Amino acid sequence: MTILIIVLSLGAFFCLYRALQGPSIPDRAIAVDIMTVIFSSITALMALEYRLAYLIDLSIALAVISFVGTLALAKYLEGRSLDD
Amino acid sequence: MIDVLGWLSLCVGVGFTVLGCLGLVRFPDLYNRMQAATKCVTLGTCGIMLGVFLKSGFGALGVKALLCALFVLITVPVAAHALARGSLIFGVKLWKDTVQDDFTDDRGGESIIEGPK
Repeated sequence: MTILIIVLSLGAFFCLYRALQGPSIPDRAIAVDIMTVIFSSITALMALEYRLAYLIDLSIALAVISFVGTLALAKYLEGRSLDD
Repeated sequence: MIDVLGWLSLCVGVGFTVLGCLGLVRFPDLYNRMQAATKCVTLGTCGIMLGVFLKSGFGALGVKALLCALFVLITVPVAAHALARGSLIFGVKLWKDTVQDDFTDDRGGESIIEGPK
């Protein structure tokens, strides 16, 4: 289980490289989006490892935050306002 | 048996996720990176959540993991599609070896494939 979490963290570091390096704004946005989904997976693995059922709620909350943030940034890039 | 299936699902999910992140680093332009990362990470996260469900059974943990898998399966492609459309309108260039650009063809106007063919 520890090895799986370490490998997932390696993937999160790849995303961090793209978020720091990315030439355009949507590059950084998609990297942060994917990174949040990976954190959600890591939280689910921790919930399984330590038998803490409430950590899976945190996993769902991270997925929701990632979705709403990416949609807001997509609307901003399209040049429309948030209630359009 | 169920336990072995759970481990298998967890390992497949983690493998898909890390390979998708490798695609996020290696691919040439924004749209290639976006499709690699989005598809692989969606399937990988669903695999991990399915593995958590198989290993923990029908409890608070397992059922919420299935709900989270369903939510990720619906929302991550929607968010990536909205972001791809937003970045096309924002003016991010396509890769220089792109052969087809239906979005610009339908809307008319300047081509957004970067550089000379």
